[in-house]
Amino acid sequence: MTGPAVLIERVSKSYGDVRALVDVSVDVPQGACVALVGESGSGKTTLLRCINRLVAFDAGRIAVFGTDVLHSEPVALRRAIGYVPQDGGLLPHWRVRRNVALVPWLDGAADATARAERAMAAVGLEPAMAERWPHELSGGQQQRAAVARAVAGGQSLVLLDEPFGALDAIARSDLQAMMIGLRETAALTLVLVTHDLHEAFRLATHVVVMRAGRVEQQAPPAAIRATPATPYVSALLARAGVEAA
Amino acid sequence: MRRLLAAIGGAALLLPNGTAQPAQAQAAGRPVVVASKPFGESYLLAEMFAQLLESRGIAVERRPGLGATEVAFAALESGAIDVYPEYTGTGLLALLHAPPMHDAAAVFDTVQRAFEQRWGIRWLPPLGFENTYAIAVRAATAGQYRLRTLSDLKAAAPKLTAGFTPDFIGRPDGLPGLAHAYGLHFAAVRPLSQALKYRALAAGKVDIVDGYSTDGSIARYGLVVLDDDRHFFPPYQAAALVGARLQRENPAAVTVLTELSGRLSAGVMRALNQRVEIGGESVAAVAASALSSLGLTKGARTVTAQPEARGSGFVAYLWQRRGALWNDTLRHLLLVAVPLVAGMLAGVPLALWLERRRSAAEPVIRAVGLLQTIPSIALLAIMIPLLGVGVWPALVALWLYSLYPIVRGTYTAVRDADPSAVAAGRALGMTSAQILRWVRTPLAAPGIMAGIRTAAVIDVGTATLAAFIGAGGLGEPIATGLALNDTRLILSGAIPAAVLALLVDAVLAAVEWWTTPEPLRAAARERAGER
Repeated sequence: MTGPAVLIERVSKSYGDVRALVDVSVDVPQGACVALVGESGSGKTTLLRCINRLVAFDAGRIAVFGTDVLHSEPVALRRAIGYVPQDGGLLPHWRVRRNVALVPWLDGAADATARAERAMAAVGLEPAMAERWPHELSGGQQQRAAVARAVAGGQSLVLLDEPFGALDAIARSDLQAMMIGLRETAALTLVLVTHDLHEAFRLATHVVVMRAGRVEQQAPPAAIRATPATPYVSALLARAGVEAA
Repeated sequence: MRRLLAAIGGAALLLPNGTAQPAQAQAAGRPVVVASKPFGESYLLAEMFAQLLESRGIAVERRPGLGATEVAFAALESGAIDVYPEYTGTGLLALLHAPPMHDAAAVFDTVQRAFEQRWGIRWLPPLGFENTYAIAVRAATAGQYRLRTLSDLKAAAPKLTAGFTPDFIGRPDGLPGLAHAYGLHFAAVRPLSQALKYRALAAGKVDIVDGYSTDGSIARYGLVVLDDDRHFFPPYQAAALVGARLQRENPAAVTVLTELSGRLSAGVMRALNQRVEIGGESVAAVAASALSSLGLTKGARTVTAQPEARGSGFVAYLWQRRGALWNDTLRHLLLVAVPLVAGMLAGVPLALWLERRRSAAEPVIRAVGLLQTIPSIALLAIMIPLLGVGVWPALVALWLYSLYPIVRGTYTAVRDADPSAVAAGRALGMTSAQILRWVRTPLAAPGIMAGIRTAAVIDVGTATLAAFIGAGGLGEPIATGLALNDTRLILSGAIPAAVLALLVDAVLAAVEWWTTPEPLRAAARERAGER
């Protein structure tokens, strides 16, 4: 199957009078890394959370690997899609191995622990970390564990909600490098929400610039740098210090 | 669920026989339930009733020390007890809420007719003495202010501190009426318990107290009782109050009880009270000798007196009481453990359910909280018409008290469990039930246990009051000791109760540690250290 991993068509979402998403359409090709960027309140996180139905959208259609998400049972849908929250969201009362094994364990996989250990290796976590409690890990190690948990069930699509935002510069750079490698070796499709344009330009194959619930521009990073579609995009690039190509 | 049923079943097995069904017992062989209110004279009269019945071959069950007038009367009305000693003035004012009357015969006539008509309850002919309120001062105070009558008190009252029982302070036939009738304005009025007021008076902490005219302590402390020269207090003739069921089922027992009518003069009663309250003789021994000297029993029953009781050391005293103490402790543990376990079985699932229906949570929890605001004696009294007297109403009342801290603690802890862990669980495909089971509940464990520990502390404390509705436990020696002015008896209940409270809390602290997920223990320890 070669269709898009995620197809978002004219999706809208309002919270009361506030229009969080207005007619948003985005294509996420298989194997791509699509970065949703924009300021706070631009709707990027809301859009991300519509994909695995953490947010119920009002109108439009989202398909994941060709299947309308509204035809999927939400719990099954979420287990099929990896998810990495900003703060890691590791369960503090479970050791790292058990945290990473969460999804295969929920699915009743007999080899849940082995899968967790493979996933930990894939994100560069030493085996000794498996026995630790989450609070005994550094911030970077916690995010690696969160990424491992997101792929341990064999997910090929992973949603990342500002995954490295709380890390120091060095740890963030290490994690970004790890993500680039993991995407290639594990053939992952990524949808990444970030407010950091540098991160978006480093990781993404496609960048979606959002503003007030609408898509301002979506294009490969080079194209955005070369030809910003609107003055807003130009200004955003300038403010972030991203040089035009 | 099977474990739950087993636990409840096990708890039921622990209950002693005979207390289980207060309402529908075996009609013919049913023992006559003789009760008293919680003060010395009432204990003594009830014991005399009991021994008199036993001497005629009638089986008796004793329920001494029931709460106060309302508790004892509610028990009589519901058929949970058959007879207890009461006073006509109390019947007139506290139970009928009728205006005061001053002629003894008229009061008896009024209560007899009204009780028969309203409740089918019968006043047997009076025992022969009156025990009215006695306003007493130290002899020195009487000398200093030249006090002989209550009228003399008007001028001195603004310089005197009064120590009155809460009951007396509130009743219209108590302080409010008295102050109005004699124009009294005291410098201060302190509420004092029945057991403490004479000691407070003797020690000079207060200057004037309310007592009963037959109290042994009046002679013991050489107090002066002020004459009620305007006849404010109505006559309080003592009499046996007999429930409807006993009259119907066992008229012979009622006939036996009337043998005491008219046989006890005020002087005789005061002397008997002194033997118990000051002489330290046991209630059973004094009752036996009184019946024997009245010629009502043949004196065959000899009760070994315990004259050494107040002389020897406290440890020896506890050793001597070890059997009773052990039983009281076991009963107390039952009174704490069963309601607490039942409170957990009901409260934790209720809170977990509410966590998933949050709009219902606050109203439900507030309704449960309302139970907490009912004073414990009142809640115990409310249980009597429903469940009689004894262990069951106490268990239910204590269970109700345990609910609020458990429900509130569990709900809050589960609701507020680490939001990012909960959100991650949901985003990765845990169902609501799985989040509750694997995330919220373990993370909430310390908060849940805090609620349970609060409930346990409340139950240990309130369980001592359960003695007032005949549930036994360590409150029994406390209540009896208070009534009989026996400090060592009080301490023999109070000290084990305090030790028990500490033990229960220590055990639950260990359970809390054990149920708290390991990585959260350090945080819990820090919180404990901050406290």
